[in-house]
Amino acid sequence: MNATVARLTSRAILGRRRALLLLLLPAALLVICVLARVLAGAGPDGADGLAAELLNGFGLAVLLPLLALIAGTGAIGPEIDDGSIVYLLAKPLRRSVIVVTKALVAIGIVTLFGALPVLIGGVIMTGGLGAVPVGYGVGSLLAGIAYSAVFLLLAVVSRNAVVLGLLYALLWESLIGQFVPGAQALSIQQWSLAVTQSVVGADAERLGIASAVGLPVAVVLLTLVTVGSVWYASRRLRTIRLTEDA
Amino acid sequence: MSTLSLEAVSRWFGNVVAVNDVTMHIGPGVTGLLGPNGAGKSTLIHMMAGFLAPSAGTVALDDRPVWRNEDVYRDLGLVPEREDMYDNLSGWDFVLANATLHRLPDPAAAARRAIDTVQMADAQDRDIRTYSKGMRQRIKMATALVHDPAVLLLDEPFNGMDPRQRLQLMELLDRLGGEGRTILFSSHILEEVEQIAGRIEVMVAGRHAASGDFREIRRLMTRRPHQYTIRSSDDRALAAAVIAEPSTSSVEIVAGSERVSAVGVERVGGVHVQATDFAAFIHALPQLAARGGIRLYEVRPADESLESVFSYLVAR
Repeated sequence: MNATVARLTSRAILGRRRALLLLLLPAALLVICVLARVLAGAGPDGADGLAAELLNGFGLAVLLPLLALIAGTGAIGPEIDDGSIVYLLAKPLRRSVIVVTKALVAIGIVTLFGALPVLIGGVIMTGGLGAVPVGYGVGSLLAGIAYSAVFLLLAVVSRNAVVLGLLYALLWESLIGQFVPGAQALSIQQWSLAVTQSVVGADAERLGIASAVGLPVAVVLLTLVTVGSVWYASRRLRTIRLTEDA
Repeated sequence: MSTLSLEAVSRWFGNVVAVNDVTMHIGPGVTGLLGPNGAGKSTLIHMMAGFLAPSAGTVALDDRPVWRNEDVYRDLGLVPEREDMYDNLSGWDFVLANATLHRLPDPAAAARRAIDTVQMADAQDRDIRTYSKGMRQRIKMATALVHDPAVLLLDEPFNGMDPRQRLQLMELLDRLGGEGRTILFSSHILEEVEQIAGRIEVMVAGRHAASGDFREIRRLMTRRPHQYTIRSSDDRALAAAVIAEPSTSSVEIVAGSERVSAVGVERVGGVHVQATDFAAFIHALPQLAARGGIRLYEVRPADESLESVFSYLVAR
């Protein structure tokens, strides 16, 4: 962790215009949650079911991957594209420190703009800090961590990181996952949902919270993918080729 | 005092050989890396700066390998060719960030000194995105100088600079070199290089074509055979007379053809002469033409561009 790298990175992510999405998406979630609360009322059972559906469908499946895509690729992609990363690389600074710092900044931003609004949205809808908001909050936190790491790696290895990330999040996780059950086993969304499911506990089945993978597998895979992505991104950054053409 | 050593360095990208078996040693003082565009200068500088692995050979800074060794950046500064920096920072913030990344004991003092060195104190509080090309170049210099490196590498630093900025940078490089630093800059313009570089390394088509101080390089360039195309009233008689001169090595008659142009009928073609002794030939030509009663219509030196000079240096 390097404070200067962190400062440069957060300024780079939050200073760009597309950072507006970072605000708009969670704002939209919270507005929908408030509307749902007002229109549907806060019956103890109905609210939990609706909350689970919303936090899953909009939070875990849309908000988290999109935010992590913006923050994860934005943490390093533009610098690699325009070559300005050379100012970080030409320093007596381990490349792994650069990658870990940037990943932490991305995770912090996704937690702030993704996991936290999911938790708050859940509280708004259910009227308290119950199992459903906490479950989705924790699931979103873990999803944000894994997504950020993966998208950061994508930005290091490919110039088309945003497109590839979108394809993964929208096509693979959402569309293909619906038709090909096996694809769900390789999905950050499903792994995080497994954690949510276990936090919610016995009520999960009634509320329709069901992951395609079991908790132990999910935790192991989330850890492996996160650590593996950061490790491999560090490795690739040591040998990254900066092309001369603008 | 530091020396960058390249030993039998090659670098290829797929089938393309960008740098071919280059051995050179860059010591204290200002060295110019001269060569036409596409000669492999940037690739070479990227390898010297540790951003590209040599496909063969080694690049070392005082016996320390440069590749995969982040520690060399304590002693090495790089001014990249590309313009992009952290545009939403001010010049001061950016240079200060560079000083902090170097973990200098007093980053603010180092940033102040570097900015003063490049004379950017007046504009240091403006965002980098508002800077002109010359100002960007100077802020880039400041980031590379902030840790007082023994070695400074500059990739095409004079590109796009106006004459005054060029002069300022030349003075700065000259001063830094005089302080005993090892300065290497690349350029494709001989005049830039010869003005400040004590030593010149010439690259052509990926190969290390020549090396020495600029007088040596100049001599290599002026000593090469000179080629002329001559049109005269009697090309064949002139060719016969010219080849008898000891200062020429070959003569070729190019078949004349007539071409109708706006000014009338014009003859194209003539005599191609290769002179080994340029001064003697120029002296002898009018005399032998007068002796033979031949009128000279045109004496034209063949292409003198840097490219042809380079290709001569390579062919040697």
